[in-house]
Amino acid sequence: MPLHDYVTPHPYPGKLIIVEGIDGSGKSTQLDLLRKYLESEGHPVHFTEWNSSALVKDTTKKGKKQKSLTPTTFSILHCCDFAERLAYSIIPPLKGGMIVLADRYMYTAFARDVARGVSREWVRGMYSFAPKPDIAYYFQITPEVSVERILTGRPQLKYYEAGLDVMDTDDPVESFGLFQGAIVNEYDAMVDEFGLTVIDGTRPIYTQQQEMRAIMAEKLGDYLTRSVPPRRGSTARRRTPAKASTAKRPTAASTKAAK
Amino acid sequence: MPQRPPRWLGQGLSYAAIEHLPGRMIVLEGTDGVGRSTQIEMLSAWIESQGFGVVSTGWTRSALMGPTIDRAKSGHTLDARTFSLLYAADFADRLELQILPALRAGFVVVADRYVYTAFARDAVRGADPGWVRELFGFALEPDLVIYMDIDIDVLMPRILNGKGCTYWESGMDLKLADSIYDNCVEYQNRVLGEFRRMVDEFGFDVVNASGTRENTQRAIRRRVQKLLKEMAAERA
Repeated sequence: MPLHDYVTPHPYPGKLIIVEGIDGSGKSTQLDLLRKYLESEGHPVHFTEWNSSALVKDTTKKGKKQKSLTPTTFSILHCCDFAERLAYSIIPPLKGGMIVLADRYMYTAFARDVARGVSREWVRGMYSFAPKPDIAYYFQITPEVSVERILTGRPQLKYYEAGLDVMDTDDPVESFGLFQGAIVNEYDAMVDEFGLTVIDGTRPIYTQQQEMRAIMAEKLGDYLTRSVPPRRGSTARRRTPAKASTAKRPTAASTKAAK
Repeated sequence: MPQRPPRWLGQGLSYAAIEHLPGRMIVLEGTDGVGRSTQIEMLSAWIESQGFGVVSTGWTRSALMGPTIDRAKSGHTLDARTFSLLYAADFADRLELQILPALRAGFVVVADRYVYTAFARDAVRGADPGWVRELFGFALEPDLVIYMDIDIDVLMPRILNGKGCTYWESGMDLKLADSIYDNCVEYQNRVLGEFRRMVDEFGFDVVNASGTRENTQRAIRRRVQKLLKEMAAERA
């Protein structure tokens, strides 16, 4: 197998933090809290989300509506979305020294697409151009917890979301549980394969967030002390002297505009 | 004469069965403006006149992806890798929903371009050849690949009389020359080079498409005839 980009650290000055987990694992809530924390500390942050590029989103929507998406087409479409966001929303902010927060990353494809029946090796090869995250949090919950959380306040599961295209049942709830179970198996196997940082997604929101921040401080300590731009008229917050590297830091306005 | 068992080009689709494909797949490859669509039209009519059902398929022609690819092309903003992936999604959609069902039903599938087009274009754009070959590893190996080769001096007037030197067919994204004509010549030369490099790698049947359309068609039919005889024998 060829050497994939995602096995070695990326060369960019910014940092890439991603969250993974099945539906209802709480990853988006936690990433949002982390984002607010980082922003309040003055860090330049850029947020990006799985399956959000305009071009591909419309296509996926069309295919979903017609229920015509095969597992392979579905898988490639998600990679199209990823490739486009990588070129526009992930690599440029990383080059600009920002923190990129990604809600889902290639591990979602490795878990979901394989649960849909595509080959593990093939889908890994397809994403071989992806940069390796600096931290990959995996919010671990059981399929049962996922089913319970998702069904609360949501009357109907969608066809692909429930895995009805690949599971041997027509009952959406049963199919969703089975599908999430298959995805969890893939995720759990990836903890060692990719060194994912496991967070127990059943604990209180506050506790998980404290753990996330502590891990981040430990892993990105040097970067975080460097990345806060000096506040006007005060250098009291800075723990290290200003270096030349802060010269090209994006302004708060451009960071906001990038969202 | 027993049919050689259908094969995947690479790893294949783990969930799709191809043991029983009584149809045949014929691919016409060649660069822009070489005359593929004219030849395919003549060839399909001829195959049908011999009594075989024909299903034709073409690069970027899936209902799902066709409009998306057109939109992406008009924007000039996508990087080469995203384009390769859009083409792969189009191809996967057609392979599973059109090509494989037609082959299972015993049709002759005539494909206007195949994965080799992606290999050639990506190679010209400096992509990792291993990545794109692995990506398209789920493709079915065609029964016959006819590569229509042409001299650049004959090709250029055909391009100019056809669609003209358009942005993508001229490889303007590569910025190879100052004028669009020179850029087009350089780009097409490189694409031809990549196709010629693949002749041995994938066992293309080379047909010289520099002559008249009738001569080219005769050469193509000679190669297709053998497949049709095989099919007729299997059905006898």
